[in-house]
Amino acid sequence: MNIHEYQAKAVLKSFGAPVADGVPILSLDDVQKAVDTLPGPLWVVKSQIHAGGRGKGKFVEADAGDKGGVRLAFSKDEVVEHARAMLGNHLVTAQTGAEGKQVNRLYIEDGADIETELYLSMLVDRQTGNIAVVASTEGGVDIETVAHDTPELIMNIQIDPAHGLTEAKAQEINEGLKLKGDAAADGLKLFPTLYKAFTEKDMSMLEINPLIVMENGHLRVLDAKVSFDENALFRHPDIEDLRDETEQDEKEVEAGEWDLAYIALDGTIGCMVNGAGLAMATMDIIKLYGEEPANFCDVGGGANAEKVAAAFKIIMKDPNVQGILVNIFGGIMKCDVIAEGVIQAVKETNLAVPLVVRLEGTNVEKGKEIIANSGLNVIPADDLDDAAQKIVAAVKG
Amino acid sequence: MSILINQDTKIIVQGLTGKTGSFHTEQALAYHNTMMVAGTHPKKGGTNWNGANGETLPIFTTVAEAKEVTGADASVIYVPPAGAASAIEEAIDAEIPLIICITEGVPVLDMVRVKAKLDQSNSRLIGPNCPGVLTPEQCKIGIMPGSIFQKGSVGVVSRSGTLTYEAVFQTSQVGLGQTTAVGIGGDPVKGTEFIDMLEMFLADDETKQIIMIGEIGGSAEEEAAQFIKDEAAKGRAKPMVGFIAGRTAPPGRTMGHAGAIVSGGQGGAEDKIAAMEAAGIRVSPSPARLGTTMMDVLKG
Repeated sequence: MNIHEYQAKAVLKSFGAPVADGVPILSLDDVQKAVDTLPGPLWVVKSQIHAGGRGKGKFVEADAGDKGGVRLAFSKDEVVEHARAMLGNHLVTAQTGAEGKQVNRLYIEDGADIETELYLSMLVDRQTGNIAVVASTEGGVDIETVAHDTPELIMNIQIDPAHGLTEAKAQEINEGLKLKGDAAADGLKLFPTLYKAFTEKDMSMLEINPLIVMENGHLRVLDAKVSFDENALFRHPDIEDLRDETEQDEKEVEAGEWDLAYIALDGTIGCMVNGAGLAMATMDIIKLYGEEPANFCDVGGGANAEKVAAAFKIIMKDPNVQGILVNIFGGIMKCDVIAEGVIQAVKETNLAVPLVVRLEGTNVEKGKEIIANSGLNVIPADDLDDAAQKIVAAVKG
Repeated sequence: MSILINQDTKIIVQGLTGKTGSFHTEQALAYHNTMMVAGTHPKKGGTNWNGANGETLPIFTTVAEAKEVTGADASVIYVPPAGAASAIEEAIDAEIPLIICITEGVPVLDMVRVKAKLDQSNSRLIGPNCPGVLTPEQCKIGIMPGSIFQKGSVGVVSRSGTLTYEAVFQTSQVGLGQTTAVGIGGDPVKGTEFIDMLEMFLADDETKQIIMIGEIGGSAEEEAAQFIKDEAAKGRAKPMVGFIAGRTAPPGRTMGHAGAIVSGGQGGAEDKIAAMEAAGIRVSPSPARLGTTMMDVLKG
């Protein structure tokens, strides 16, 4: 789960990390009050959307002006001006797609005098099973470009979970980032603090780009991007409360409520599959036969008839869907349960597009029987190849 | 021969009293009399578990106690995500040689902790978030549907549960059958990676062919391909078919931004396919042609 920059900074601040003072606003009415609480003489007005590259982004609407999604203001009036230009308009960045994302929240922050920009992130390294700190002296720019062009400028420090981020490790990061004096002293405190926040809140990624050395020689977290392990949210209700559903596809939000893994895509064939690997493979095979999947949908291991019906309805909410492929290989799931859910959903949604169902695994005969005896117009398939060819043929008419 | 498990493997169930644990224990007992010997529950020790078909197993309070009384050498875990890591740790502490965790949705940082402990132990963990291990006509641990298996010559190893079934189903259909199928699980931090299983399949005389199924994310497939290449150079090779799921997955939705940096630009399907083909593994373009592709490889 992703959160906004201002929320990430609040989380990090609660652990004692140095962040600038700032106020989030959701409405233009709150701008003046917000700006009055910050001393100036420099303010930063930052668009809050779940996408990177905001500074270099551009708004769709002409009245937003030519500047990007992060703007400097040298007077209180200029803060208000920027807020008016950005709030409610659509920001296009390298990560949003051409239609952009509507900016519904702004963060007004105290400005900082930057001496040096650095990069620091933490994530779980799947190769080693440790938390890794990735750091670079090249901050404030696209880190993937740095990794590609100058990999020697990126360091990867593995943290042993039994010992945590020790002073020796913090020292190593300091040296890698060439920190001296006050900044080095700050680093010895900051890096273990970030590690504590990462582990205690079950983060899956923490990226600070840039981490800055200010003109006064101290460190500050200038930008922060944090995502959390969805599987661990059950023990962090405070983090769950930070979820901004306006940032997600409406269908994906609804799928989340049913505990379904659903991702909206651009194609015409809706898919309902059990297991992430088979769901991906089903998308792949649809493409192999010349059509595009409308979604990724993994109904998971423990689905019941209601959940299957819910998945069906969510898939049908996509107006681009011209046919549906149900592909279930039951291990945990029983095919008869799936079949009942499919039949229930077909009846409830008055399904008007072709439906191909392929069932295999536990209780497969019972499942096939339920489908065959339903009297509904369902095209049965014997295997995945057969299923994919049948649904592609049905959609192409 | 087979790998990991056979007809002598004695298994205890952590989470037997739940709905999922019960159902799959009944299925395992019905599958060629797999030796499910006991269950554990912290509060129900001393009672019995009764299956739907009249089966009975004793429940012990701890894994250590269950192991001591029954002589179990494997444990399968069906406990919910919040308690799964502790269940694995309990099995490690009880020195269970083979631990198979079926549970889906275990927090990643719990697994970071477990993995550090596992590295200091003699236990092997398969999973979490996996379908288990099955040796046809001998032993079934986990949730794989036994009916699709056939005793034979293919070793199957996969990151995806349901794609494991595809590989099994299709190798049965073409008449090759399987020695053992292992689902290593889809989580980023897990007990066992491809290489260990490939080594076991290469060493197993009865395994004549291998199917390896990977998916996007991480670099485990590239490492496995390098291993296969290195072993082939030493003269150890078996016919192999591979598949990578997620060729059409949208970038950025399944892989973290910073994750791509650590793995040095690896993680995409095309890189994995290229690495596997360079190692002599025939990669099937379709998940429905794993069995027929293996037949093509064997015909040369």
